[in-house]
Amino acid sequence: MNSHKLATASVIAIAAATFANTAQAEELTLCWAAWDPANALVELSKEFEAESGHSMSFEFVPWPNFADRMLNELNSGGQLCDLLIGDSQWIGGGAENGHYVKLNDFFDTAGISMDDFADATVYAYSTWPKGTPNYYALPAMGDANGWFYRKDWFEREDIRAAFMEQTGRELAEPASQLELLEIAQFFQGREIDGNTVYGAAIFTERGSEGITMGVTGALYPWGFKYENTPGSYDMEGAVNSPEAVEALEFYKEFYQTATPPGYTNAYMGESLDAFKSGQVAMAMNWFAFFPGLYADPGVGGDKIDFFVNPPQNNAGSTLGGQGISVVSYSDKQDAALEYIAWFAQPEVQAKWWGLGGYSAHNSVLNDPGFEASAPFAGDFLVAMQDVKDFWQEPVYAELLLSMQKRMHDYVVADQGTAQEALDLLIQDWTEVFEDEGKL
Amino acid sequence: MTYSVTEPTKRQKWFAGTLVILYAIITILPLAWIMMTGFKTPPDSISYPPKVYFEPSLEGYVNLFTTRTRVSQETLENLPPPQNFAEEIVRNRGMVIAGPSKFGQRFLNSVIIGFGSTFLSIFLGTLAAYAFSRFKIPLADDLLFFILSTRMMPPIAVAIPIFLMYRKLGLSDTHLGMILLYTGVNISLAVWLLKGFIDEIPREYEEAALIDGYTRFQAFYKIVLPQAATGIASTAIFCLIFAWNEYAFAVLLTSGTAQTAPPFIPTIIGVGGLDWPAVAAGATIFLLPVMIFTILLRKHLLRGITFGAVRK
Amino acid sequence: MSDKTINRVAKATPRRLARKVRGLSDRAITWIFVGPTIFLLLAINIFPLIWTINLSFTNFKANRINRAVDYIGLRNYERILTDGDIWLSMQATAHFLFWTIFFQVLIGFTLAWLINRKFKGNDIWTTIIVLPMMLSPAVVGNFWTFLYQPQIGLFNYVVAFFTGADPSSFEMLGSVDLAPWSIVIVDTWMWTPFVMLICLAGLRSIPDYIYEAAEVDRASKLRQFFTITIPMVMPFLMLAVLFRGIENFKMFDLVVQLTGGGPGSTTELASINLKREAFEKWRTGYSSAFAIILFVTVFGLASIYVKALNKVKER
Repeated sequence: MNSHKLATASVIAIAAATFANTAQAEELTLCWAAWDPANALVELSKEFEAESGHSMSFEFVPWPNFADRMLNELNSGGQLCDLLIGDSQWIGGGAENGHYVKLNDFFDTAGISMDDFADATVYAYSTWPKGTPNYYALPAMGDANGWFYRKDWFEREDIRAAFMEQTGRELAEPASQLELLEIAQFFQGREIDGNTVYGAAIFTERGSEGITMGVTGALYPWGFKYENTPGSYDMEGAVNSPEAVEALEFYKEFYQTATPPGYTNAYMGESLDAFKSGQVAMAMNWFAFFPGLYADPGVGGDKIDFFVNPPQNNAGSTLGGQGISVVSYSDKQDAALEYIAWFAQPEVQAKWWGLGGYSAHNSVLNDPGFEASAPFAGDFLVAMQDVKDFWQEPVYAELLLSMQKRMHDYVVADQGTAQEALDLLIQDWTEVFEDEGKL
Repeated sequence: MTYSVTEPTKRQKWFAGTLVILYAIITILPLAWIMMTGFKTPPDSISYPPKVYFEPSLEGYVNLFTTRTRVSQETLENLPPPQNFAEEIVRNRGMVIAGPSKFGQRFLNSVIIGFGSTFLSIFLGTLAAYAFSRFKIPLADDLLFFILSTRMMPPIAVAIPIFLMYRKLGLSDTHLGMILLYTGVNISLAVWLLKGFIDEIPREYEEAALIDGYTRFQAFYKIVLPQAATGIASTAIFCLIFAWNEYAFAVLLTSGTAQTAPPFIPTIIGVGGLDWPAVAAGATIFLLPVMIFTILLRKHLLRGITFGAVRK
Repeated sequence: MSDKTINRVAKATPRRLARKVRGLSDRAITWIFVGPTIFLLLAINIFPLIWTINLSFTNFKANRINRAVDYIGLRNYERILTDGDIWLSMQATAHFLFWTIFFQVLIGFTLAWLINRKFKGNDIWTTIIVLPMMLSPAVVGNFWTFLYQPQIGLFNYVVAFFTGADPSSFEMLGSVDLAPWSIVIVDTWMWTPFVMLICLAGLRSIPDYIYEAAEVDRASKLRQFFTITIPMVMPFLMLAVLFRGIENFKMFDLVVQLTGGGPGSTTELASINLKREAFEKWRTGYSSAFAIILFVTVFGLASIYVKALNKVKER
């Protein structure tokens, strides 16, 4: 295969370069989403520039447009990005359509072992076909969907008393999804310091992946499965199981009874806005934002705390996070691989975590001081134990768009029942897999 | 004073004037609001009730042209004093300027692609319009209608094969690719409008010149072109405005290098949450040239927007 | 001066060459002049169209280069015409099309009629009214999402100010009932001036003597309006409707920025649906067929309409 050869060639070039240090100075472009960790990566990369002589430029795209624009870029064979930190679900397409360079030989030559990275992240961000030792990315940023809340409100005596009176239990971090809803409903419409506040900010966005990422946060704890047997694509009875229906109804009830008004198309940005402006008591969002939230002058520090997506029938969190890949259309692959080799070093990974990036390197995660290094660090480890990801098939985009539509139609536009939405989803997905020849 | 049945009475005029001015004010309000928001601070822009009186600030414009990172209070205190007003504004929000934003580059792309495609459309369009106006061309009417009908395709429909074609030719996300594409779309407008303008120039001038020993080309160059100058200028502005405003092709076929401002402006976000003043500042800078052109063009506006079907 | 030079040059040119240049000129120049334009149109418009037709019979996916492409006959067309979601998007398009044209004709004509009262300063105000239609729909549409914000948005605030409703009690873009109207409002704001300008041209084309004659016949003003003004402006109005119809059938940028097709799929117009299929799901063959269907629909409707327009003109 072409890209394979290229990778091999570039590995040799890199090896030569490391020894002779005669590598040509290149300008590398790294593409990622525009969010807090991206700014941290810019900081981190300055060291690489100093060490290697290459210069880095960055193309950060806001999340709502990120998938659209980057997949478009890959599919058009564009040379904008040399390095791409692509979403976990893109790995199948990236590998099968030859967008990403296969990294196995490079890892061997450069002495990078995937055993040094957390299993869940290697499985999710690097491998295709899933679970096989074929690597197309290096885990760059571990992530999952979690929750944060106004600790200062949770600790106030008047609020605690009111909660006790209403529910008969202490106000505390919820231990189940139903408790989560109960707390959110308790705060909904409540007057705090003269402002009307609302329960929680959840994901309802229609355009990219928002509502799917939100709904799966309820589906997984209820025990939702994509297939009865993994790899068989038999979705009937799994996707529309009674648990799944219950979870979806739960999410809709959550949306209708415990979110701010006009919260019809909200994703990461809106969730942050709602929380920072003091509008909501709780909010779901990716762990990636937690360092920034904790540092926020308004609602951070003592006023905030974090918890893992609560279990219901079982534990389960929606996986986020990305691996870093070399784009096969780039003509600066050598320098790009050099960047990955540099990034994989344990010292660099430690700094990455220090700057607010979620390293997936075992040396960082297993460090005895890790849990104490941030108030959400322990939660992160717990969450990553039970993460589930959306389909990572090469046709993931079609599968995702169908789910976006069915979920938004049901939850926000209030059409049909949960059962019907999931039945329709199976229909859509079946059609996609039939077109693929997988069914 | 002579009585005229078609001249409205004073009262009618007053009544009509009041209503039209009322409508004009309502219609201009959103545009005025964009420009105002550009000079608000982010908190002012999202205050309730919406602020009409506010202390003007350049924060939106600073945010539009820079990228910023949040730093801790200690770092901030240890920094040397701000060099200019921009740094001061940013520091007041607990951030430092990290570098220039992409807006300047995207705006420049708009300029390059807009003017490039306009020049090409006018150059080719004038030649073709002259030929259509003066010579017998087999199936001319069909050809002209066909040129027009290409505008009936939804842009997304055209974009599918263009995407594939550009991928093969390596034209995706390039200035040249976008210039060619916009020229291809604009040329139908250019030919139709210019044909109308050239039709209005009496043939006698050229015929006299031809008798004087001019070649056809000389006659075209020396007689027709100067006569058509205003027409060409207003056609050019129409082509420019179209290319300037175009969104669908730009969002599908460009990602960075050649991305123009329209797909970029809606993606301007601040550090943590939407930054409406910056969006408004970008929109103001982007919309203002078109507003000025519109005012300059007002005599030819109707003709331009109706493909020359209504000449007034 | 230069004329003389040219003459001298012309005379100095060998006769055979001169005849060659001049004799061939008209024909050659025609093709030299028209050639590049035709070539460009072939390359950017026709060739792609033919390619799209070809693709519409395949199961090609532009993001799966390594997959075999099969010709599947009319299967794509069959699927589209039996797909309920496509029909929903056609319904949304029809709603949008009908109401935008309705309001734009109503307001546009009224405005033109008022402006034609020739009050002082009418041309300045006309220019101001015209401004929105020349602006970038994507940029303006994006900003309207801000104006439509439930509490802080200007639109909600103004509506609340006049109706007394709570400005956070309704959400134009997020509610299933209001969203289809929110896009109609913005499009009407933007394009009413277009209809207005064309109507104005129509009104101004009516010669005064017709009214004078009617006045002599003692026809009432109302009668004059319906027997002279309306019929004389009709061809212009119909032209305006044609242009708006075609444009709004293709509508993409404005609505994508405003609602992105949501909530659910309530404002998912045909073009937005097409974009999802073609550039998000990457079902290239399927979306090519959809594109052809849309093109044929516009083309067919426009042709019928133009015939009707010509009939009105003849009267």
